[in-house]
Amino acid sequence: MSDEILVNVEGVSKKFCRSLKRSLWYGVQDVSREIILQKRLHPELRKNEFWAVKNVSFQLRRGECLGLIGPNGAGKSTLLKMLNGLVKPDKGRICMRGRIGALIELGAGFDPILTARENIFVNGSVLGFGRKEIKRKFDAIVDFAEVEEFIDTPVQHFSSGMKVRLGFAVAAQMTPDVLLIDEVLAVGDASFRAKCLSQMGKISAQTAMVFVSHSMPLISRVASSILSIDQGRTLFFGNDVPSGIESYQTTIQTDQISSVSSDYFEMEALKINSIECQKNSQNAKIEFGKPFLLEMQLRSRQATPEFSAMISFIDIESKGVAQVYSLTSGQTFKHETETFRLAVRLQEILLNPGRYFVQIALIEHLGAARRGRVLLFCRAAAELTVTGEFVGHSPVQLIGTWNSDD
Amino acid sequence: MDRPLKETVYSPDSELLSFGKLLRSMWSDLLASRELAWRLLIRNISAQYRQSLLGYAWAFIPPLFTSLIWIFLNSQDILGVADTEIPYPAFVIIGTVLWQTFTDALNSPLQSVTQSKAMLSKINFPREALILTGIGQVLFNFAIRALLVVFILVWFNVPVTDGLLLAPIGVLALVGLGTMIGLLLTPLGLLYQDVARALAFGTNALFFLTPVIYPVPQASWAATLIKLNPVTPLLVSTRDWLAIGHASQISGFIWVSGLTMILMFVAWVMYRISMPHLISRISS
Repeated sequence: MSDEILVNVEGVSKKFCRSLKRSLWYGVQDVSREIILQKRLHPELRKNEFWAVKNVSFQLRRGECLGLIGPNGAGKSTLLKMLNGLVKPDKGRICMRGRIGALIELGAGFDPILTARENIFVNGSVLGFGRKEIKRKFDAIVDFAEVEEFIDTPVQHFSSGMKVRLGFAVAAQMTPDVLLIDEVLAVGDASFRAKCLSQMGKISAQTAMVFVSHSMPLISRVASSILSIDQGRTLFFGNDVPSGIESYQTTIQTDQISSVSSDYFEMEALKINSIECQKNSQNAKIEFGKPFLLEMQLRSRQATPEFSAMISFIDIESKGVAQVYSLTSGQTFKHETETFRLAVRLQEILLNPGRYFVQIALIEHLGAARRGRVLLFCRAAAELTVTGEFVGHSPVQLIGTWNSDD
Repeated sequence: MDRPLKETVYSPDSELLSFGKLLRSMWSDLLASRELAWRLLIRNISAQYRQSLLGYAWAFIPPLFTSLIWIFLNSQDILGVADTEIPYPAFVIIGTVLWQTFTDALNSPLQSVTQSKAMLSKINFPREALILTGIGQVLFNFAIRALLVVFILVWFNVPVTDGLLLAPIGVLALVGLGTMIGLLLTPLGLLYQDVARALAFGTNALFFLTPVIYPVPQASWAATLIKLNPVTPLLVSTRDWLAIGHASQISGFIWVSGLTMILMFVAWVMYRISMPHLISRISS
């Protein structure tokens, strides 16, 4: 039954307090209110309080995966803790159906002095497995975590990556109806991440998943719907994953566009498709697949050597996703005049729709493949938004010529 | 579906409002926590002394040494303790072991819960497990000290009586009383460290108002205070059972035990309903 609702969240809010002393005192008050059978908790904000989660609603069915996204401190973890029943909502109602599994922090409850073998049993019982169940799954766990050699080593001698692997291996044995995952895959190496994702893929059909991550490629790969929150408030909820991710990207505080200059050069103007990007930090918008033209007006401050130019596109997570290098086209530049123009044109921009920064570097050319000094460098010379209907999980979307034969 | 799914609702309403439901979930969580409690108990016991040379001896080294000091002081006529029915060293060692067991139980709930903060704020497991684990650990440590008591009883030729059969009940009552008071203080203690400090200091003060190193005094102003101390009837009766076979404060024993059971339930309910609030206040 794919239409059964396993998670139903209606208008849930949660307050937090900025001051420790007050927070503790409010804690005493809240407990007292429970004891004297107050129907509701204190519904209004008290002094120094704010809404960590405010009026959030969503539903999740079996087989669906909700990507929960938002900047740090948006309230994602608080929401997960409420879903997991660790903390109580101050307003609203949460209804969870079936067995609930949570990967909020892996290996919580590990005792550093005990061996991996002992900790598997402890961690398993913490997660609700019976002794026989763990015994039966023991080999699978050890196998998954790849810790055979260290099975009788105290966990305190494990690297943090190994601890996480062990934690996930135990947790991966759960077959919950609802699975809550809080950014646990960020640690661990690539092969282990791949393993975790395939394990999640295996159970995804029978499970309703809530998945928290800052990695948008991962989110767009696994999520069937998006809940994007910022400062506790819902920015977006729905099945339109690209729009959800876009709403998240607008919340991110990223590099400020900075003016470009160095001892060698000063940039007087920077245009992308005729939009001046430097002067008033304008955001250049280009539709996916359309041409891209970047023009720089440069003034040299001293005699400059021969140089090459590199333009890079940096995504919202500070990853370089594509670059254009003049040497690749066999070109270098040398200018005698004080001001000059330098431009680069792309036939079509194939970047996945989203926000990017344009990084500019001018590098001294010493012949062959040798690089000299960096003459000019700016990490965020301009901001570029690529618009488009489709948002993929890869940074570059190639356009192919497709064929189909009988 | 082949099985009806368990439905869990989280709302701001007080859990006490649906008391029947609360009772049912308390019971089912208690059952569900046995396995985990056992696992955690094994974990704690095996980790407790692993990084130590003397190991389990630490369970009885402290009570043995404090006893030796009292015995020494008394032998020098500094204390002037009234005559006891069994040799004074046996009297003090049994008393100290029982007292130590009581204070272990008293400190156990707050300690176990504080130590498990990280786990509590990350994983939803039956919270009762922590308390059961604590009780288990107290009983385990008592079991080691019991060897010392047996040794002393044999050494001083204390006659074996039927009272020995009742002594375990006395120990359980002491552990129960300690756990109950500790559990009642746990919610507040998790929020404010004042509780832990007051507990440490209060335990010291209470020691002198409990007939641990001296027999129950006859009529005097202090005697009234000592009589009002709930630990007195439990500790005195248990020691009596061990030493002379019959308890002198049996009615007090029954009263305190009954009250302990009732208040234990209250403490349990408080612990449960306060936990989500505490976690949201203490978790990082």
